[in-house]
Amino acid sequence: MIEVKHLYKSFEDKTVLNDINAVFEDGKTNLIIGQSGSGKTVLMKNLVGLLTPTSGEVLYDNRDFITMSKNEKVMMRREMGMIFQSAALFDSLTVLENVMFPLDMFSSMNYRERVKRAQECLDRVNLIDAQQKFPGEISGGMQKRVAIARAIVLNPKYLFCDEPNSGLDPKTSLVIDELLTGITKEYSMTTIINTHDMNSVMGIGENILFIYKGNKEWQGTKDDIMSNTNEKLNDLVFASDLFRKVKKAEMAEKK
Amino acid sequence: MQFFREIWLLLQQTTKDNNMFIIKLLYKYLTTFGDYLILIGRSLSRPERMRMFFKQYIKEMSQLGVNSIGIVLLISFFIGAVICIQMKVNIQSPWMPRWVSGYTTREIMLLEFSSSIMCLILAGKVGSNIASELGTMRVTQQIDALDIMGVNSASYLILPKIMGLMTIMPFLVIFSSGMGIVGAYGTAYLGHMLSPDDLTLGIQHSFNPWFMWMSIIKSMFFAYIIASVSSFFGYTVKGGSIDVGKASTDAVVCSSVLILFSDVFLTQLLS
Repeated sequence: MIEVKHLYKSFEDKTVLNDINAVFEDGKTNLIIGQSGSGKTVLMKNLVGLLTPTSGEVLYDNRDFITMSKNEKVMMRREMGMIFQSAALFDSLTVLENVMFPLDMFSSMNYRERVKRAQECLDRVNLIDAQQKFPGEISGGMQKRVAIARAIVLNPKYLFCDEPNSGLDPKTSLVIDELLTGITKEYSMTTIINTHDMNSVMGIGENILFIYKGNKEWQGTKDDIMSNTNEKLNDLVFASDLFRKVKKAEMAEKK
Repeated sequence: MQFFREIWLLLQQTTKDNNMFIIKLLYKYLTTFGDYLILIGRSLSRPERMRMFFKQYIKEMSQLGVNSIGIVLLISFFIGAVICIQMKVNIQSPWMPRWVSGYTTREIMLLEFSSSIMCLILAGKVGSNIASELGTMRVTQQIDALDIMGVNSASYLILPKIMGLMTIMPFLVIFSSGMGIVGAYGTAYLGHMLSPDDLTLGIQHSFNPWFMWMSIIKSMFFAYIIASVSSFFGYTVKGGSIDVGKASTDAVVCSSVLILFSDVFLTQLLS
């Protein structure tokens, strides 16, 4: 479980995150949603330690990440996996080498065991046939799947995904969403996904945190969204005609 | 009177602004130097996995050094030839001993060209390569990915580059000196500018082995400057592709200037 308490983040005079309090639970897909520029990525960077909060606490199973020593942070990071918006695969390494990289750095396995483990993870994301290709030779969706395989290869306790569906077609997005949900349940991880893809919100949002201009505006589940009365949230989630019609139909059905 | 008063106030204001500008500039340079020292401090820490370090070290030696051998040999051959021709045409005279062209060619190649000028040329090739590689890794979040994994990204990426280039640079200097001499023989055998015997006599005349060591020591310093300064500019890129290009240019300019400055001090120190 990850808990955020009174988190503030400012860049010089500008406050980007303002008193964020949230709990992200184990074995659930926790979503952070909000408009572009609302502070989602800054919040995630604060959670993983790429940025240091101006004040507040980030608790990983009641261990405060902010006050940890440098070595403790390094050890803590080995329990984290992250999938970046751009996949962030290493260009000079093949798909298999990319997935093996965390094992090469941190495991005591021999070469055969490392290859076997990496291949298991690639198999999990259905990319075993692409293991000898370089990141530049595969599609964006495949790159995201390789990033997922790399993120889970060390069995992390916490998985962070920064807009995993950006730049992908709806069908591939669905595949990525299903993978993330499946992996979260399988490994009982705390998964936090940063997204503004409303298909993902309605599909996999078990715990959703809505951020508006750096403030926590709403928190609930995908089922709560349909009946919520928060205007700002409705403006974001039901921005498209299709979603508005779905909501209308759902509300009519309930009546 | 009022006119002169206004001029005086204007001058005062300009001086004040200039002082501010100088202070701001000084602050900026000191901050950058501090950031450089912090990054180098992180880079020079013990590698987490020696196996991975050696893998990267060999890769960097090949990428930065071995891949530069061609250009080093090509430039050194022609520069050696040109120096020999210039010496023969402009220095050699009946008043001079016949070994003077070979002697001066050897000394110029050994003392300055193969170490300093060759490193300046390599600062352009290798420096831009390092800065753009690390800059691209930064903007595509590959360095962030390493940090998230708990890898010391500075040590993993920068240390093998510094060590690799410092290892391979002395060999490039030796190859360059050798090829310069070959170029000089080219003018003797093919261009018939001077007799090969005179050239051999000059090349063997009063040879001081310390000059070779001096050249190697200087080149190792320059290799450190090229690798560390270029890595700093690449690693600290913020923004996108335009900033990567700018970092690449800054890396080449800064390492070239530092090579020139340190050349003066090193030459004085080692001579």
